[in-house]
Amino acid sequence: MYELVTGPLAWLAFGIFFIGVTVRAVLYIRGLDWQMDRVAYKPHRIHGLKGAVNSIVSWLIPYGTRSWRFYPFFTLMVFVFHIGLLFTPIFLEGHNILLKERFGFSLWSISQPTADVLTIGMMTAAFFILLRRYALPEVRILTTWYDYTVLAIAVAPFLTGFLAAHQIGNYQFWLITHILAGEIMLIAIPFTKLSHFILFFLSRAQLGMDYGIKRGGMKRKRGMAW
Amino acid sequence: MAQGKFCNREKVDTLEQLQALLNDKGGGQYYKEMQDLDVDTDLLWATLQKTLKEKSRIKAWLEICAHCGMCSDSCFLYLANNKDPEQVPSYKIQSTLGQLYKRKGKVDNAFMQMCMDTAWSKCTCCNRCGMYCPFGIDMGIMFSYLRGLCFQQGFVPWEMKIGSGMHRVFRAQMDVTTEDWVETCEWMAEEYEEDWPGLKIPIEKVGADIMYTVNAREPKHYPEDLAEAAILFHLAGEDWTVPEEGWEETSLAMFAGDWEACKMQVQSVYDAMERLKPKRMVVTECGHAYRATVIEGPYWCGLKTGQPPVESLHYVEWVAEVLRNGKLKIDPAKKIKEPVTLQDSCNYIRNAGLAEYTREIMSYIAEDFREMSPNKDHNFCCGGGGGFNGIGRYRKQRNAGLKVKRDQILQTGAKLVIAPCHNCWDAIRDLEEVFEVGIRWSFLKPLLVEMVEVPEHLKPQEEEV
Repeated sequence: MYELVTGPLAWLAFGIFFIGVTVRAVLYIRGLDWQMDRVAYKPHRIHGLKGAVNSIVSWLIPYGTRSWRFYPFFTLMVFVFHIGLLFTPIFLEGHNILLKERFGFSLWSISQPTADVLTIGMMTAAFFILLRRYALPEVRILTTWYDYTVLAIAVAPFLTGFLAAHQIGNYQFWLITHILAGEIMLIAIPFTKLSHFILFFLSRAQLGMDYGIKRGGMKRKRGMAW
Repeated sequence: MAQGKFCNREKVDTLEQLQALLNDKGGGQYYKEMQDLDVDTDLLWATLQKTLKEKSRIKAWLEICAHCGMCSDSCFLYLANNKDPEQVPSYKIQSTLGQLYKRKGKVDNAFMQMCMDTAWSKCTCCNRCGMYCPFGIDMGIMFSYLRGLCFQQGFVPWEMKIGSGMHRVFRAQMDVTTEDWVETCEWMAEEYEEDWPGLKIPIEKVGADIMYTVNAREPKHYPEDLAEAAILFHLAGEDWTVPEEGWEETSLAMFAGDWEACKMQVQSVYDAMERLKPKRMVVTECGHAYRATVIEGPYWCGLKTGQPPVESLHYVEWVAEVLRNGKLKIDPAKKIKEPVTLQDSCNYIRNAGLAEYTREIMSYIAEDFREMSPNKDHNFCCGGGGGFNGIGRYRKQRNAGLKVKRDQILQTGAKLVIAPCHNCWDAIRDLEEVFEVGIRWSFLKPLLVEMVEVPEHLKPQEEEV
């Protein structure tokens, strides 16, 4: 089983993930239409680029936008969640050992306690995000089973990985489940809302270009104050 | 199920159709017919496929919305309606356009009426929510798109159908003909010439520095606005003109989602630019007019640069410029002494970046200028944008929505609100009527005419004696 999930299935999952994400990006960019979107992307590339960078960077900075500041606790949860989600798997020592064994290179890695803090932080944030879906009427009205599923897909590799790493319960079981859960997430990224892994940047860039080129970008002395 | 006599998928292209529609007072029969209007689901799906499925922007927006609700507090209608969850922007668009797309256009009459009511009474297309969404999902843009789908199917508020028909028939939002327009210009020039020696409203002059264009309401109902514009151009020594045709900047067609009429209307202005070859165009104190003709218009007309044929300024840009370069000087004794606040029009502030120009003007004319909060790009809609002011069916909802602006104004402590936008001006007038909070409101022009220093040779004759 271990051979299967770390062998062919892993290749499949990473293949689908990388190809899928690339396809999503290419399709998105090709599907932009200057006349439908009413944004003259090509003739004003510099303005567009400035707007896009401002739009992405402002939102990547915690509390960097008015909206992030308006919801201080939720913003904290969102950043803790995403930082844990992205940093832990890439810089986890265990993953990098695997990488070294299989491909002969590895990335800089974080210590186990750091990984634990990130993981627990991420899961705690997920819990509050879940709670918020129940608690706030304005979020509850938007929530469907799909949102819970997507959240579960994102949290599963962390929960199982944490249990495996700390040998809580059956190590072998949690390890296999962890790998499978990770693969499910990778495959789900291009096909579900998790595609915001890439589409966040593209959609932000698009609105940034819209504001940078058309809606005042050439008139505002400073860029849009997001 | 059928097409009604008034409520149907046909466009209003003749004066007869328009008159008949107008005669149906308040749209009584129109809305009755809407109950039986059929939905052309094939057309709907074909349009959705071509403009949504095969494109990426709106499709991605609908797909990736994380349902986080961060857009909720950005919406003044959500705030004004006691945080009603059904007023959350994401909910409003997912339950209308989102469902339309999910169901591949297979929807019924009741659903289309719900879409219409949502698109015109729960969103003014102020685009504020787009600024508060982490993914940059601009629900105002999607509602504008949804209005287009509703219009195509004939599910459009009576006044909007009339408005777009006006543009189709008169190339103006009201029944102002070329003769009416020219006569009004001549009348105003004559009327005010005695007070302002040498005052002219030059019509159809080729090669002027400025081509001035207006909102049809001005010649129709407020001709003195035109006179004030003329006086200020005159005092600033500008070489200006108005076109005989193509003088109307507004676009109820944009509010209606009638993209074909949007193009017709804007093209008439661009034709005037080609004909008169002015150096620049200046648009009157109207927000959506500027948005339609200067910001969106180039795209409707297929101009790949996204720019109108000649450089175009909103009136506030021109005022800031002439106050800056001294062509107009404010008499220090006549500056506004009382506390005064300023309404940021979504259409040329958030959606066109002119916030600093209006602040510059305030620095010249007001001694106690008080900002609303939030302001500039983050301002709240006046409460009457996107056609909301003009639709009888939604008057109650419109009035409820005015609360947010009322409170914003009251918090400044100012009793005078400068609103250089027709829709904002109307909304603020109406909020005073509804809530009686004791405020006054004004365009810039009448204030400026009272405040500017008049050079000796241009002084009104009475004063010379």
